[in-house]
Amino acid sequence: MPEISYREAVRDALAQALREDESVFIMGEDIAEMGGSMGVTQGLLEEFGPKRVRNTPISEMAIVGSGIGAAIQGMRPVVEIMYEDFLTLSMEQLVNQAAKHRTMSGGQVKVPLTIRTQGGAGWSPGAQHAQQLEAWFVHVPGLKVVFPSTPEDARGLLWSSIYDDNPVVFFEHRTLYPIKGEVPTELEPIPLGKARIHREGEDVTVIATGRLVHEALEAAEAAESEGISVEVVDPRTLLPLDEESIVGSVRKTTRCVTAHEAVVRGGFGAELAAVVQHGAFDWLDAPIERVGAHFAPLPFAPAMEQWVVPHAEDVLEAIRRTVARVR
Amino acid sequence: MATVEEKAQPGKRRVSEDVLRGFFREMLLIRRFEEKVEERFRAGELPGFLHVAIGQEAVATGVCSALAGEDVFASTHRAHGHAIAKGTRIDRIMAELYGKIEGCSGGYGGSMHLYDLEVGNLGANAVVAGGLPAIVGAALAFQMRGEKRVAVAFFGDGATNTGTFHESLNLAQLWKVPAIFVLENNGWAESTPASQQLPLPVDQLGKRAAAFGMKLIEADGQDVEAVYLAALAARDHALAGKGPVLLHLRTYRLTGHYIGDPQVYRNRDALNEERETKDPLRLLGARLELSDEEFAAVDAEVTAEVEASVEFAKAGTDPKPEDALKYVYA
Repeated sequence: MPEISYREAVRDALAQALREDESVFIMGEDIAEMGGSMGVTQGLLEEFGPKRVRNTPISEMAIVGSGIGAAIQGMRPVVEIMYEDFLTLSMEQLVNQAAKHRTMSGGQVKVPLTIRTQGGAGWSPGAQHAQQLEAWFVHVPGLKVVFPSTPEDARGLLWSSIYDDNPVVFFEHRTLYPIKGEVPTELEPIPLGKARIHREGEDVTVIATGRLVHEALEAAEAAESEGISVEVVDPRTLLPLDEESIVGSVRKTTRCVTAHEAVVRGGFGAELAAVVQHGAFDWLDAPIERVGAHFAPLPFAPAMEQWVVPHAEDVLEAIRRTVARVR
Repeated sequence: MATVEEKAQPGKRRVSEDVLRGFFREMLLIRRFEEKVEERFRAGELPGFLHVAIGQEAVATGVCSALAGEDVFASTHRAHGHAIAKGTRIDRIMAELYGKIEGCSGGYGGSMHLYDLEVGNLGANAVVAGGLPAIVGAALAFQMRGEKRVAVAFFGDGATNTGTFHESLNLAQLWKVPAIFVLENNGWAESTPASQQLPLPVDQLGKRAAAFGMKLIEADGQDVEAVYLAALAARDHALAGKGPVLLHLRTYRLTGHYIGDPQVYRNRDALNEERETKDPLRLLGARLELSDEEFAAVDAEVTAEVEASVEFAKAGTDPKPEDALKYVYA
């Protein structure tokens, strides 16, 4: 199996869809000659030309909104919002329009639109270039929300998002772009709504998303040396959520930690905790622990930034707390 | 300059009297439909809240008559006239207002979310300017596929103050997509008059096109022939690949913002004068020199259609409550 980076995986899914399907096109700020602010779309302009790889003005409302209109007319646009912080500028179109057209029309309208975006801390971008806002979108009926953590998942899930007939918000994590991983030789679509169990374990389940999947795997290794067996589950799709896999895992291990980079309060971990307590109440041997960022806008100075967002040791401490209850 | 002011000339008899009589009939149908909607709402039969466009019928009929079947449009919260004029059966619109599954949005939308994909209605929108970006995208799809179709957005003067309006017109002009932005300028943003919400004199709002280098076409929105000719010119321009058009139509809302609006903000004498002098049906009736008998005959026809639409709607089927989940995802 070839090894590619997360960045290359996203690019490969885009390129293959553009190659195979005239209805697919991409647009966003700086995605053409520059290849995107994160270099994801490098080379696509050269292969597919300016009609299908479109630089846009700095107009997030118009980027998402025109994607909606093109999608309703039978195209499969993939629009890029440069930073997920800037999704806030397009919220009206995403929340009031894209998510609701199908229901408001009584099923007449489909919006096969993919909105790619990225974010994440760890490089001192400050408070307006690194938020993790995925939980906001999980609250909106009509949207789907995807957050891959590996190259294989990024490629397979982006493909499925492009070919889904609903608006999909596709979150990429800034610090994962350079990580490498094996992918199948041929692109294999990964269905939306299926979790991945990254590591099997017996004592604690860590349900992690995005960068925290990797932190959780590191924490699991450390816990192993302490005699704690940790299972790591990545939902990959936050909406719809693979509740069966998540609940099944916690019923087996009887303890649960949720972990994401977004702030704890109102974060996706709260939804996971609710699903787990309802589905595995009689199995739980400890309160569910939630790992996430401290409740603050992200500060600039590296020392503060690193303190605000969670790392492997935060996950490890949460794991220890869950097992300490009964040991 | 890419921006040229054009005034459609109503004096040029490019529109036959037969066509104008057809316009009159449709405008009267819209008027009677909305009067019936008001009546049934006040009788407590219609849920939610409603906006009528009494006084603005010439815009709906004039613009939609200039469009082809495959052209698409997005509308506003004041949408009944646009929907009727583009060809949705009025009984399906009335059924929608009654929340029935026979409604044009299956009872999921209501007055502010009338859809009918078959006739190109991409949806009425309850967020001011909310439908504009999607019209840019629809026009982009037509352009990319080489289809000879236009996408049309209706919106009011209030919408021209939103960021969405500016982003949409900017992008449309940048990419020269075949879109027509129909500025239905009635001089009111809900209860707020032009003087409190527009930095330009109300009649000069078309100047906003110049900021984008966009083609501007203007016409008297109370003169259906002028609107029709202006919309034809706009469509020709857009289809010729010359880019989008701002079609500025000055019109008059001869009622409140919503049904039941006491209009405490409005000068009664001015409103009464507008009703006397600006009613597009009166203006067209006088121009056609319709006799009382001719008017009564048309009125009887359209009134019967409207009555039939109410019967159709009342006999419609209530949705099952749990069908609320049916169309959340495709």
